[in-house]
Amino acid sequence: MRVQLTVNGESRSFDTKGSESLLFALREYLRLTGSKGACEQGECGSCSVVLDGNLVCSCLVMAVDAAGSEVLTVEGLGGSELHPVQKALIETGAVQCGFCTPGFVVAAAELLKETLSPSPEDIREELAGNICRCTGYGAILRGIETLVGEA
Amino acid sequence: MEVIHPTDLDEALAALAAHPEAVLLAGGTDLMVEVNFDQIRPEKVILLRRLAELQDVSRQRIGAGVTFRRLESGDHQALAQLARTIGSPQIRAAGTLGGNIGTASPAGDALPFLAGLDAEIELSSKDGTRRVRWDRFFLGVKQTALRPGELITAVILPTDLPDCQEFAKIGQRSAMVISIASACVFRWRDGRTRVAMGSVGPTPIRARQAEEMMSAESNPGPAALQEFARLVSEEVRPISDHRGTADYRRHASGVLARRLLERCLAK
Repeated sequence: MRVQLTVNGESRSFDTKGSESLLFALREYLRLTGSKGACEQGECGSCSVVLDGNLVCSCLVMAVDAAGSEVLTVEGLGGSELHPVQKALIETGAVQCGFCTPGFVVAAAELLKETLSPSPEDIREELAGNICRCTGYGAILRGIETLVGEA
Repeated sequence: MEVIHPTDLDEALAALAAHPEAVLLAGGTDLMVEVNFDQIRPEKVILLRRLAELQDVSRQRIGAGVTFRRLESGDHQALAQLARTIGSPQIRAAGTLGGNIGTASPAGDALPFLAGLDAEIELSSKDGTRRVRWDRFFLGVKQTALRPGELITAVILPTDLPDCQEFAKIGQRSAMVISIASACVFRWRDGRTRVAMGSVGPTPIRARQAEEMMSAESNPGPAALQEFARLVSEEVRPISDHRGTADYRRHASGVLARRLLERCLAK
């Protein structure tokens, strides 16, 4: 089935074979490999994207259900420059293996867009759906906290 | 795979009547896990996520397509409390009240809320709408009274809402956990008390002896609270599994219910 949607501001389309996820379609059909596939059950957040204004796990969205939707992936966040969240994570050395990073970046960027001055507790709560398998949470949270109030 | 994308509820119900075997997809947070793990290969899918008719919320009627993210800031305190404990922000932005009801997991976090308020589930088909009270709807583990061709369209709450409502659940962390035990306590100013427990039986359990005992107490002291907790622990029917033992769940049920009641009494 032909699926037409907007990804990072551009009109894109792909053919689905069946019930594959939006994550699969982004990576395999549109070659946007920033969003990562890990748990495939919505536990880890490494596939986080913004779908029609909502932060979701793209592994839990059936690709055909994204027809006509607007999707923002990590590739579309900063435009030609790095997004402030990406810069902050680089500065605090918040990347170890890097597999969770795109999900954290998308989730944190969305949080900072929705909430002007989240407290450290708010940040922890809102990023509860993103898991770092290297357990590098300290640097990730410190990086995001440096951005609070800067918007 | 055939995809049916209805633009309104009538179209969805017509499609469901024509294809009662079709798989329903709203938030996808349950279905897509099964799809990703190849436990289910849907041949026909009806897409519900964007049906406007399922998105309406009023004080007495909550559309089945409303996400937990929206319920986090709703009118009903216990419903908002339980919504905030579900999954993660990503899950809450997708998962719907109707999905939680339709899946009918013993650990479904919205279920004690519905049970405690004697809510009705609104079921629609091409031939009309019927309302089924929660205890006639939830029949067993993932078993409901939903008939082929029917769609969960809303939850109907009573007009006589409690003056205090509290929800809490126990899990290993505060996000992304499946409840080991959950509880909803409702209390009216005249003393009427209701207690509904989740994850401690195949369907939500009302602790009716505890309710009866506590409803007669206008100003319960420590002994009454202890008896209340004991009755709740006695009335649940938990099993042991990898998340917790039956004994732990039994004990935790009494503690949870008592703690929530104390919150109401302190108001």
